[in-house]
Amino acid sequence: MQLKVQVFLKAAVLDPQGKAVLGSLHSMGFTEVGDVRVGKVFSIQVPDGDPETVKLRVEQMAAKLLCNPVIEEFAILP
Amino acid sequence: MKAAVVVFPGSNCDHDIHHVLNEVAGVPAEYVWHGESSLAGYDAAVLPGGFSYGDYLRCGAIARFSPIMPEVERLAREGRPVLGICNGFQVLTECHLLPGALLRNRKLKFLCQDVHLRVEPSASLYAAKYRKGEVLRIPIAHMDGNYFCDPDTLRELEEGKRVVFRYVRPDGTREDGDGTANPNGALASIAGIMNKEGNVLGMMPHPERVSEAALGGTDGRRLFQALKKFLEGRA
Repeated sequence: MQLKVQVFLKAAVLDPQGKAVLGSLHSMGFTEVGDVRVGKVFSIQVPDGDPETVKLRVEQMAAKLLCNPVIEEFAILP
Repeated sequence: MKAAVVVFPGSNCDHDIHHVLNEVAGVPAEYVWHGESSLAGYDAAVLPGGFSYGDYLRCGAIARFSPIMPEVERLAREGRPVLGICNGFQVLTECHLLPGALLRNRKLKFLCQDVHLRVEPSASLYAAKYRKGEVLRIPIAHMDGNYFCDPDTLRELEEGKRVVFRYVRPDGTREDGDGTANPNGALASIAGIMNKEGNVLGMMPHPERVSEAALGGTDGRRLFQALKKFLEGRA
């Protein structure tokens, strides 16, 4: 099975990439855009198993390596 | 007295550091591959600049789990000098030997230029041969040097006098947010910090690149001389 982990910079952390994309969208005429944040998605392939156990393991991977809790937060996508 | 220069795949300032330690500062230094699992017999460790693991995932995030790192952490716990420069600083924050993180430069550009640093009133062993308030000219070369930490951590760093170097104008004053003296946008113009005990230093600028007059400057040399003096004192 495959799980997806999404990682974004925390709201309190300035995301200059998001700001650059926002500025570009505005200059293209998409003036309705309020904010843009750029994040990452990891697709994690693991053997089929008990969904709760698998999810717990992937959470550990995210907390230990995929996400730096000082600046980022993660979510496991449904 | 012996220092280890830890070499990760993608390190590219390891030779510079090795040369400056051995030939300029007189600190016997040896390369230690990141896949080794012992630093027995070493009195200090330097994590050099570069792009360990291609900066994949986050700068320093993969290097931080190298087999050698528990030994680097042991040296740090024992109060021995651990110095991280540029990518080495990023590794030290990823493994929590130093607080905070290095974010992408504010203007999203790789910066390769000289900066001015002010020696702050810390008790860092690495700054022992600098005068407090002295302004140094040292180059930076990085994409992710924008220091960040939460407000509580910043307060701890400031109150504990753990900011060792700050980006300043040539006259030693801090900029007011215009990007002229703090090119990467670092919080509180922070260029280098130390741990509570003072034996671990992380800094984005490259003192090893200005340790010999032939290379355009000598402002970095005294940092390594201070390291030597400290190691002699412990011997």
